[in-house]
Amino acid sequence: MKLSLRIASFSAPIIALAISFGLSSLILLFIGKDPIETFQIMFEYGIKGKSIVSIINRSIPLYISAIAVAVGFKMGLFNIGVEGQYLVGSIVAAFIGSQFSIITPLHILFIILIAVACSAMWAAIAGYLKVKKGIHEVISTIMLNYIGTGLISYSLTNVFDEKGSEYELPRTPELPDTGQMPALNNLFGLEDLQDLHGFLFVAIIVGIFYYWLVWKTTLGFDLRITGSNPIAAKFSGINPNRLIVVAMVTSGGFAGLVGLGPLLGYFHRFTIDFPTGLGFAGIAVALLGRNHPFGMGVGALLFAFLERSSQILDLNDVPKEIERMLQAFILLIVVVFYEVIRRFIVKQQIKDASKKVET
Amino acid sequence: MNLAINTKNISKSYPGVLANSNVSVQIKKSSIHAIVGENGAGKSTLMKILYGMTKPDQGEIEVFDQPANMSSPKEAINLGIGMVHQHFMLAKNLTVLENIILGIDKPSIKNLGLKKYKKLIEEVMSTYSLDIDLDMFVEDLSVGEKQRVEIIKVLFRGAKILILDEPTAVLVPQEVNELFKNLNNLKQNGVTIIFISHKLDEVLEIADDISVMRTGELIDSVKNENVSKTELAEMMIGKSLPTPPPRSTETKQNKILDIKSITSESVDGRKFFTDVSFSVFESEILGIAGVEGNGQKEVVESIIGIQNIESGEIFFNGENINNKTTRQRLESGISFIPEDRQLQAMIMDMNLTNNVIIGRQNIEKYKSNLATVKIKNAIKESENVISLFDVKTPNTNTLATALSGGNQQKFVVGRELEDNPSLLIASQPTRGIDIGAQSLIWEKLRQSRDNGLAVLLISADLEELIGLSDRIIVFYQGSTVKELSSDDVSPEDLGGYMTGLKK
Repeated sequence: MKLSLRIASFSAPIIALAISFGLSSLILLFIGKDPIETFQIMFEYGIKGKSIVSIINRSIPLYISAIAVAVGFKMGLFNIGVEGQYLVGSIVAAFIGSQFSIITPLHILFIILIAVACSAMWAAIAGYLKVKKGIHEVISTIMLNYIGTGLISYSLTNVFDEKGSEYELPRTPELPDTGQMPALNNLFGLEDLQDLHGFLFVAIIVGIFYYWLVWKTTLGFDLRITGSNPIAAKFSGINPNRLIVVAMVTSGGFAGLVGLGPLLGYFHRFTIDFPTGLGFAGIAVALLGRNHPFGMGVGALLFAFLERSSQILDLNDVPKEIERMLQAFILLIVVVFYEVIRRFIVKQQIKDASKKVET
Repeated sequence: MNLAINTKNISKSYPGVLANSNVSVQIKKSSIHAIVGENGAGKSTLMKILYGMTKPDQGEIEVFDQPANMSSPKEAINLGIGMVHQHFMLAKNLTVLENIILGIDKPSIKNLGLKKYKKLIEEVMSTYSLDIDLDMFVEDLSVGEKQRVEIIKVLFRGAKILILDEPTAVLVPQEVNELFKNLNNLKQNGVTIIFISHKLDEVLEIADDISVMRTGELIDSVKNENVSKTELAEMMIGKSLPTPPPRSTETKQNKILDIKSITSESVDGRKFFTDVSFSVFESEILGIAGVEGNGQKEVVESIIGIQNIESGEIFFNGENINNKTTRQRLESGISFIPEDRQLQAMIMDMNLTNNVIIGRQNIEKYKSNLATVKIKNAIKESENVISLFDVKTPNTNTLATALSGGNQQKFVVGRELEDNPSLLIASQPTRGIDIGAQSLIWEKLRQSRDNGLAVLLISADLEELIGLSDRIIVFYQGSTVKELSSDDVSPEDLGGYMTGLKK
């Protein structure tokens, strides 16, 4: 791609961000708050050391969730069920992981494998239903979210609950020390701050792996051409049914990693406080980052930043719901601008190509 | 003059295709005017323009002697133009009456006024002598009745000009007679009818005037009395055959593709094709002729494994490939040029480097041991295709959608001829492209044939078919009805077998 086109495609999110802040400012003005001061408070709070660690910790599961969603998006498959998939994987992994102890790397690897396998199997149900019964994956994954949530509530109280615990609420037994992922604080010299989750490394590896899988492998190529033109994909020899199952299982496998940052780095067990909603947030981040590993990374950090920095607003008498609106504005506007830019690029290419024909 | 519609030099092009070129057509009031042409001749585009679904790039339209500049079907309806689509737009769980008034009033909480409308509709029906039970549910109607509902619907909205898009394609013969009776009634009552078709017998039976389109141009408008079926067919497909240089090589005796009495049925039990057998030899172009919808498309798709067959055997290079997947068949040396390059052959929003891999994703040339795409080979190969097939493009990084239709097609043909396939299935390989690209593709196909390639050529362009093929087989109603040598066959002969007139 030519440099000018590259710049154009990067400008979309920046323009969208500017407009979103503009619109939010109008709303702030409307309710009688000073927008510049508000954003300044948010920014100053958001770049404190403590905040930065928290933002990175929060962006880890967001990023992995976005990748899980993006794998499906790339072939035109809407996996709305990352939510259910990661929760199912997390609770099973949390319980099984707490039942034994081996040396740390192996223990953590084992927990990861269990979570990935469980989530992938949960996602495979939706793939099977689509291929064999023609049920649209949006419907089946949403339904599987409900079923998953129900199963988790039941099994948390009845199956996985810590035996003989004094604690009133149901929770799985704590992971032994060997199953807890060490924090990265010493590595980055953050002794006086809270723990930076060690799962950050896994997130980075997952990002690189996702890029390799979708853009470099022949499987990824098949996914992408099916996403762009399923008919041509079929004529090129791709078996669409097989690919749907593969994509669903892969997406679910990534989803299995979503809950592990919080599980291995902070909670060390599955409780009723275990973070939910990450699967849905991942859809937004995937859209924002255009399914690109770098874009989604920036998107995850941005959303995590907004969520963290908005915590200060209540103390300053500004409703922190403004942050939710800001997120929604960004999403809506960025989708529009991506399309505008895409059309611009296509037009530019058509122009170049017809010039070539004339010469 | 008493004209319902008068178009002056209408042109419309889509990226890479000139769909209508300087079309001027006069349609008289209270007449039945047929527009005939092969698929892709530009009939549909012209109709879309007349119904306001798309705007012409240039040219003028007059409706009832008033300049009309329609930009939506709604405006066309206001001018008195109505359209009956080939696929009906009816809600099957509503009654006929409800379907007819659907969308007439703005949504509100007022009473629907079914009684009032029923009376009004009955008046329209008696004016035009059309008969239907308004209280029946649409799902209980026959296809012919559904079509009548569509016609009443359009007339009730005040249409004085009726556009019928291939109205007989879905009807059985008795229903066709009924429709023609109704159309004549409408004509007597002052309605103008534009009848789009490629079935010449029907057109000659019903139409007053006939306009013939070919490759986006209006070839001629003639009165029904003054034209014969043969003349119409000639206008539709063109007379002058290209004179290919006599071939210097000979067909070899080696059967590359051998098809033994294959049969395929659709889910609803309709036969796509029955007991089809033929062979393609090394260094031979076998042409398949047939009016669209006579099974040839399905036969071709069953050779690459997209269409299922119920019985029979397909041999490729002497090996039974019935149980092989599409991918295995493509990789074992069958190349395929699908009829719709934008929908079936290319990924429009990907660049040419990626597009050269399509269909060959898993061969060693493009797949490394780590299961990654060998992009360097793809770049080299796409550059190769671009230079060998004279594809006009800035570079290999250009999106497929940016190329003109002819360049897209040259790229697809080039891609499929690379890697020395032993069989090439070419479906409409030069449809809708410029003459330059066409002759290049013809030349490349001949060259490859001379070098030993077996080619199965399907084309609606009879000139192309006769000019390129060594032998021709004709499909009619799902069976092969005739085999001909291309040396002594005329388009007229071929047309006779294709339409079932000759046996």
